Order: sequence, then C-alpha cells, then structure tokens
Amino acid sequence: MAEHQEPILEVSGLVKHYPLTTGILFKKQVGAVKAVDGVDFTLNRGETLGIVGESGCGKSTVAKMLVNLERPTAGEIRFKGEDISKLSGKALKSVRRNIQMVFQDPYTSLNPRMTVGDIIGEPYDIHPEVAPKGDRRRKVQDLLDVVGLNPEYINRYPHQFSGGQRQRIGIARGLALRPEVIVADEPVSALDVSVQAQVINLMAGLQDEFELSYLFIAHDLSIVRHISDRVGVMYLGRIVEIGKDAEIYDHPTHPYTQALLSAVPVPDPEAREHRERIILAGDVPSPTNIPSGCRFRTRCWKAQERCELEVPALAVPAEFRHVTGPAAHDSACHFAEEKQVVPSEEPQEPQDPEGKSNGPG
Amino acid sequence: MPEQPHEPEGAIAATGMGGAMDLATSEGATLEKTPGGPQGTGPSEKPRSLWSDAWRDLRRNPVFIISALVILFLVVISLWPSLIASGNPLKCDLAKAQEGSQPGHPFGYDGQGCDVYTRTVYGARTSVTVGVCATLGVALLGSVLGGLAGFFGGFWDSVLSRITDVFFAIPVVLGGLVLLSVVTSNTVWPVIGFMVLLGWPQISRIARGSVITAKQNDYVQAARALGASNSRLLLRHITPNAVAPVIVVATIALGTYISLEATLSYLGVGLKPPTVSWGIDISAASAYIRNAPHMLLWPAGALALTVLAFIMLGDAVRDALDPKLR
Repeated sequence: MAEHQEPILEVSGLVKHYPLTTGILFKKQVGAVKAVDGVDFTLNRGETLGIVGESGCGKSTVAKMLVNLERPTAGEIRFKGEDISKLSGKALKSVRRNIQMVFQDPYTSLNPRMTVGDIIGEPYDIHPEVAPKGDRRRKVQDLLDVVGLNPEYINRYPHQFSGGQRQRIGIARGLALRPEVIVADEPVSALDVSVQAQVINLMAGLQDEFELSYLFIAHDLSIVRHISDRVGVMYLGRIVEIGKDAEIYDHPTHPYTQALLSAVPVPDPEAREHRERIILAGDVPSPTNIPSGCRFRTRCWKAQERCELEVPALAVPAEFRHVTGPAAHDSACHFAEEKQVVPSEEPQEPQDPEGKSNGPG
Repeated sequence: MPEQPHEPEGAIAATGMGGAMDLATSEGATLEKTPGGPQGTGPSEKPRSLWSDAWRDLRRNPVFIISALVILFLVVISLWPSLIASGNPLKCDLAKAQEGSQPGHPFGYDGQGCDVYTRTVYGARTSVTVGVCATLGVALLGSVLGGLAGFFGGFWDSVLSRITDVFFAIPVVLGGLVLLSVVTSNTVWPVIGFMVLLGWPQISRIARGSVITAKQNDYVQAARALGASNSRLLLRHITPNAVAPVIVVATIALGTYISLEATLSYLGVGLKPPTVSWGIDISAASAYIRNAPHMLLWPAGALALTVLAFIMLGDAVRDALDPKLR
C-alpha cells in the first residue's frame, strides 16, 4: 500500500501545553498541562499510520491539532510541504477540506437535531465551491451508499440509527469534501466488538477507493495492527517508538512498547502460558510534572542514572544502527533491546524471565 | 472476513459476522425491513430539516393548536376589546359594589361597582402586554448575553457572571420601590423595562449553562473541523440544542411577570388607575375573597388561562424541536 514514500503530512516538534490558571477575573498562570510535548512523525500518501498509547497520553490532542481544532503551542504541521498550523481565515478553510476527522463517539458526534442529509450535506454548505446546490442531495445519497447505508435514510435523524450506522454517517461526513487525509480518533472504540470489524473494513475499503491517508488513533493494539502500515507508540505526550507494524509488534525495542504488547490478550491458551506478562509499577506521572530525562524512567525496570539526566532521542538505537532487520527502527530508549512479547505462530522457548539483565551504555 | 462495503449493515451482519448478531445490528436489520420508515421517507420526497419537521409536527399537535388559539384570542381582545365588551370599564356605580352575576353583567360587579366582565376584557391588553413584552425582553437579552458568554468564554464571560451575581442580590420588590418610584409616566413600559432589567440574569445563567453543555459536544467540534463559522455553529448547532431550558423557564416566568405587575401596582409603584389590568383587579379583590369571591375569580382565571396557554405553547415547541420525541 505504501510503496511510494511521498510524505503528505509531516509533523515536527509538535507541542501543546494547556495553561493552568488561578483567579476569578484576572487569571494568572501557575503551570501547564503538557498534553503533547514534542511529537514528530510523517504520514505518507496512501498510508495508514496507527498511534497507540494509554488514556491521557496526548493522542487525541495530536488529532485535534492536525485538524486545527487546537492551536499548537509550538511545532509545525506541514501538509504537502506547507505549514498549516498557523493559518487562519480563507487559507485555513481551504486546507480543512483536505484533512478531515472521524470522531470517537458516534453518539455525540452527530447533531441530534439535524437530519442525516443535513449532517452529511453540511460540508457542502460550508464549502459551496465543492458541489453546486442542485447536485448536493445526489452527492449525499451517493455518500450514504458508499458507506453502506440506504440512500433513502436521508431524512432520518441520528437517534434512528445504531452505533455502527452512526459511525458510518460520521465517516460519510468526513468523506464529503474528498479529503486526502483522514484523522480517525478512536473511530471504533465506542462500538460493539462485532460492529468494530465492519467499520474497520469499511475504512480499509474506502482507503483504496478514495486514495486516503489515515492517521488512526486507538488504544486497541490488535485493531491498530490490522489496519496500520506503520505504528507509533505514545507515552506522556511523546512518541517513544515508531516503525512498520511488524517491527513494532514482533520486534519491539522500547520497554514501554514491550509492556503494552504484553498486555494484549492472547487467544491461544498454549501460547498464553509461555508468554511473559510485564506489569509496570506505579501510575502514569502527571502531565503537569513530567519526569526529567526519559519520561518513562519512573516506571521502567531498566532505568539507570543516565535515564534521569539525558532525554533519549527518537532514533534507531545505537545497538541496532549497523544491523539491517526489523529491530532497526526508531525507539527512544538508552537501553533498547529486542524482546518478543507477542507469541509468534510456532511455539517457542519461554524467554528469560528476568529481562533486567543488560544495559550496554 | 468477507466484507462488501457497499452492502447495508444488516446484510453484512448476516453474511460476515455469522451468528454474532448483536443488538446494534439487529436494530439495523429492523430499519432495513421498513425502508419507508414511520415517516414514509421516500427517495422522491424533498429533503427536510429540523424546522420544517418541527412545523409539521406542531400543526398536528392538539396542544399546540388549542394554546395557539387561546393566545390568538387574547391578542385579538387586547387589540380590540370592544369586539366582545360593549361597556366602559371605567364607568362604575358604587351602589352596585360587590354585587354578583346578573343579566347583562355575567361576572358581577367589583368593589367600586365596576363591571368585572368589562374590566377583565379590557385588562387583557395591559396584562398580556406586560407579560409578553417582559418575557420576550428577558428571554432575548438573557439568552443572547448568556449564550455569547457561554460560547466565547474567557474574560467577558467572567465579567458577565459577576454582573449576574450582583443582579441576583437585588430583591425584586425593593428594587421596584426604588427604581419605579422615580418614574412618573403611567404606561406599561417603565414596568416592563424594570422587569427586563431584573429578570435577564436568570435566563442568562440558564442559557450560558446550556450553551456550555452544547458546545462541548463532538458535533460542534466536527462542524468546526469542517470550517464552520462561529455564527453557523451558534445558529445551526448550538441554539437548537440549547434552547429547550430557556423556553421552559421563560414561559413559566411569563405568569410571574403578570403577577409582579400586580404586586408593584398594589405597592403604588406600578400602574395606577385609570389603567385597567388583571393585576390591579386581583390585588384589589383579594381583600374581599370571602364576601365576593367572583371579583377575584374572573381576573385570576383569565391570568391562569393566559399563563397556561403560554406554558403549553412553550412545551409543544420544545417537544417539536426534539426529534427523539417524534
């Protein structure tokens, strides 16, 4: 799918800090919630980049900044080379046509007092240049058909639909302007499991049909693996590891990724017995008070003095720099090592249960 | 999993998901079986919107029709009271004071010997004007200020919230005594102005709260991500979803304003005779409730009917604007 590596969206040094203030009328800043604290990634044309991480790690804030619902505190978002994060007025409006969003909760993302026709047709009201007035109703019905809904439902209200159907309406609205990039913020996590697969497969089908690039945000690792070409793992406002899906899932080198993957349910009881479950100590630190150096060090079993002093860069770790193979991908860890936590198809030896052994400086 | 994205969801559930039919998909299947739906939606039918659907709904609602007819009747007799009352409300005969119903004077006479029927009909103009204008003024000022403060937030929101706090601290009757005692004009407008001045913070607070609730919904974010302007967000997305509590409180407040006018008149700072109003008559009659209850009954009944009509109208409009109730 992503054979031609033409970047369509490049994000560098993206930061979003929400100020914490006190005072009733005249507010004074006393701190900041560092929701996103330096995120870099590239989304290529026709590719799906999955972003995973636990609640509160800043995934949704990144999504909101990409569709310009939030202004970044710092950093750049380049769409086809142009920085869109500081645009306003007409220029912003025309860029919005190319980057659209699918929301998490289909129960709150559709206006309950608008008909489906009005909801899907609203993009054409806002961007009248896309579709002439007489043509809109047909376009809306086409979109309903494309997402697998009956085009006759145009005069119905959202409450007359099930969760999966509502999410299809949300996808149709996202497609209306024929965007090139779709940012999907946990598009299936509010749906029943049996409907999740339908919606995911619909999205995968639409990607080929409309040549879309997806930024797919989720906390469900197996769904991200199913749809993504590349995966980025976020922790506390930063991407800690990013690479092709096989690199991340089968050859994770960052301890946080390894811990996250070890929590994925394994449907095979044989394999489940042999796998190691990494249980992290403590809670995620507060985003108002992020640890120095490596932000994962407070929960990491490998943490040493260096982790406290030096921020690890998101790059291919030194020990893998000269090898070619799936382990050689970007990972922000001083002591990165490969560790297979998701059991592969054939049974294997149980791994070193200590896992704490080394640490080549 | 075999998947045809062009098939409706119910069909996918049957082929792709096998036995895994859950509530959502079976719901989809039900929708599938009745493509016409309860509203008879057909492909050739013209597109509908919330307002046209609400109007369709209202036209069929007996509560709306009855309350609208009552209000229409009240408006007509406010404008042309002589249509149904031939007497003069100011022509009184003390000899007939407190007399009950008699031919030609179905409602009897009041304490001054004036005809209660004529006074009730002529009083509608003042009372309906006070009630409707004060309610409209309060609802418009309050919901615009509160709505904008809630939508934009920030500094002006804080300023407005503190101002409403100040107004809440002013007792209505005391405020009326102070402010209206300096007014010499004997028209309804100073009274209405006073009610709007003291009434708007109540609506403003309700509007602010419901706008803040509405604006946090994802569909507002979705419209913003599409590039919608603030006025579109406010008019298309936030107002229809935030207006219900304002309608309810405003229609209930309408009765309060009509009786507040009576209270102010009783205290001597509202309207003075020869103005005829239900409020003046109710407060005058309340002293004789045991001797001559008919003096209180008719103007109070007219007031109750008016308030009821407006509350029912507000209810019907609110329900018509909620598609879930159809």
